[in-house]
Amino acid sequence: MEQSPDPVISLSSITKTFPGVKALSEVQLDLYPGQVTALVGENGAGKSTIVKILTGIYQPNGGAILVDGQEIQFPTAHHASDAGITAIHQETVLFDELSVAENIFIGHTPRGRFGLLDTAEMNRQAQSLLDGIGAQIDPTVRLRDLGIANKHLVAIARALSIDARVVIMDEPTAALSHKEIAELYELVEKLKAQGKAILFISHKFDEIFRIADRYTVFRDGQFVADGLISEVGEADLVQMMVGRSVEQIFPERKPTVGNEVLKIEDYAHPTEFEDIGFSLKRGEILGFYGLVGAGRSEFMQALFGITRPSSGTCRIDGEEKTIRSPADAIANGIVYVPEDRGKQGAVIGLPIFQNVTLPSLGKTSRNGFIRMAKEYGLAREYTSRLDLRAASLDQDVGTLSGGNQQKVVIAKWLATQPKVIILDEPTKGIDIGSKAAVHEFMSELAAQGLAVIMVSSEIPEVLGMSDRVIVMREGRMVAELEGEDLTPETLVRNAAGIEKA
Amino acid sequence: MSLAERHIPDRLTNPLQRALKSWEALLLVVAVTVFIINSLSSPYFLDAWNLSDATFNFTEKAMIAFAMALLIISGEIDLSVASIIALASTAMGAAVQFGAGTTEIVLIGLLVGLICGAFNGGLVTVLGLPSIVVTIGTMSLFRGISYIVLGDQAYGGYPRSFAFFGQGYVWWVISFEIVLFFVLAAAFWVLLHKTNFGRSVYAIGNNPTAALFSGIRVQRVKFILFMLTGLMAGVAAVCLTSRLGSTRPSIAVGWELEVVTMVVLGGINILGGSGSIPGVVIAAFVMGMVTFGFGLLNVPGIVMSIFIGLLLIGVIALPRLWSMFIARRG
Repeated sequence: MEQSPDPVISLSSITKTFPGVKALSEVQLDLYPGQVTALVGENGAGKSTIVKILTGIYQPNGGAILVDGQEIQFPTAHHASDAGITAIHQETVLFDELSVAENIFIGHTPRGRFGLLDTAEMNRQAQSLLDGIGAQIDPTVRLRDLGIANKHLVAIARALSIDARVVIMDEPTAALSHKEIAELYELVEKLKAQGKAILFISHKFDEIFRIADRYTVFRDGQFVADGLISEVGEADLVQMMVGRSVEQIFPERKPTVGNEVLKIEDYAHPTEFEDIGFSLKRGEILGFYGLVGAGRSEFMQALFGITRPSSGTCRIDGEEKTIRSPADAIANGIVYVPEDRGKQGAVIGLPIFQNVTLPSLGKTSRNGFIRMAKEYGLAREYTSRLDLRAASLDQDVGTLSGGNQQKVVIAKWLATQPKVIILDEPTKGIDIGSKAAVHEFMSELAAQGLAVIMVSSEIPEVLGMSDRVIVMREGRMVAELEGEDLTPETLVRNAAGIEKA
Repeated sequence: MSLAERHIPDRLTNPLQRALKSWEALLLVVAVTVFIINSLSSPYFLDAWNLSDATFNFTEKAMIAFAMALLIISGEIDLSVASIIALASTAMGAAVQFGAGTTEIVLIGLLVGLICGAFNGGLVTVLGLPSIVVTIGTMSLFRGISYIVLGDQAYGGYPRSFAFFGQGYVWWVISFEIVLFFVLAAAFWVLLHKTNFGRSVYAIGNNPTAALFSGIRVQRVKFILFMLTGLMAGVAAVCLTSRLGSTRPSIAVGWELEVVTMVVLGGINILGGSGSIPGVVIAAFVMGMVTFGFGLLNVPGIVMSIFIGLLLIGVIALPRLWSMFIARRG
């Protein structure tokens, strides 16, 4: 390993921009045969983007991809797979209704006479591939009958069936149990022995140090460093991941914390989270940090009545309340600005003013009958407070930009005059300017005495906005940080489950 | 943030301008055209009593279509409505055999409709089954019960006062049914366009998830819509049974498709989310007059259904073709 062979694939100065966003800026990445390279970075560092460029889904705006020293382009996903690059995704893309063997060979099925499918041959080859990775799966069963771990094995067998030289594993252990993870490690060792180059993406540091030979760190779409794992410690990696130049400016806040408004005790859900308890005061911004899949959104949705917790009590202004539906939550002054704006937030197809008044119809109507003038009045009041940019209030909300749709969704909730507002990734996917406006607005809301819960995966946002932060990992609260304890390092350590160095 | 407050107008186009460009305006043109063609092609068309008779072609179907319009806007459908009529009518006929009076008969008809609607609604909202499958199932189920009860028999002997609902006239040529049609049209117009309930129907049809996240009790609204549709099928059953004076299990066969046609012709988006009650009212007149006009010209029923089919495809394809034409030129 000390004498590095030439890389199988080498990306240099890759740049990728989306309208308004620079996702990758001149990054490099080298993958070596028979070695595992760990790609490390926060959410939004550009890891998924580079995977999509490697697999031909995105085209880079600049830079070069070299395979065996030859410059090459992947105009389509097919070209990438012809070049021997295959990816096993977080949510594996497989076909539930097809058999295991059909899943493995889809797109390159062995043909028999007359060009018909040679099922027997396909099953035989599938069996030998599955045996090769030590998977005890019958190739003729339907995929839907397999568990998530076995589906992963099928995806790996599929990767091997096209004789891949480069295997990308994007958080492969996210859905696996302990035992299955150990089996995956063995498999990775086998792949290494076969000389495959492996790109391993994970947020879990113990895994990275267990399995990887090399590392590459991205931060905010930029290349930070790479090297041999044996030459770095966890602390160094964390430092490289989060140690950023502070470029975002957050509003100056002097929190004036009032009475307790919300108290949660022992909230639990059969599969998503357990033991959640905290208290929230007027004028406070409480951050929720954690990795994707830590159960933050699931908990917030339970708090908002979308799902039902299996146990737990919720007190609002000291009174115990049972929240069975969003309507109950709204009636009790809890509102939720969801992460998925297009699907859960705005009702596209309805005009702006109707979106704003939707949860407040009780206030704008008389005995259930709509009063249009009142509706326009309410919509005007709250959209102008948010500085909405629109041609008219009668315009379909779907014709607005993402940032302005977010303003409509927030206006909709403010019009209900809530006590607690939950913002789930409030600035995800919106431009820097709108981000600053949302941050400004959050601090205004808190100053007016609203209790704010902010779920965010962006460390600067969590640090810049929160008075207090709860860190969640695997459905549990692992830390409650405040004051001097609130640093990038403590956030990442707690979220990823790293012991203090 | 600028110092001067940004002013966003309430609306850019005025309501009249918008109404002129609407689907309903186009339908109205179609309705007037059909009326003129009919009056030119048959001397019997422009006769008050003939016109009055013609309204029976659509009044009962339209009563169901109003409720169906709301259901389709919310993203669901009920294909069992014609079978609900059969079951409700059978129940009414059976009640007559036990000596029920007019009031009881009507109440039984409405109640059976309501129960059938609640049954559909329960399967869709409580069990989360797709409404198209559920109501295809109950379409066979409800009418099947009618066939078991009646076989090749018919129920008759309805009391004389019961005949008023389908055969009575309020004043001169103005039948009870046409009055009921306009009253229900007005009621559903208010419900859909002027109440919070109607607003939530639109919100659910456009985005059920966001509607739920906005605190709308989505399943409850849908359940009420199924009950309402069942109830309106019960109302139609009372009128139709009264008009025919007897009940056979084959009563109102195929009406579900005519009701859905009327709704779609009225400009209700079959995928949910948009449409209006005035559109359905005009569509009812168009379908009724086309049927009546063809009847006067002795056009066979099969040709009539071909024409209705073509009309439906035509009115749906027309806006699409128009926008393609505009895009080609632009």
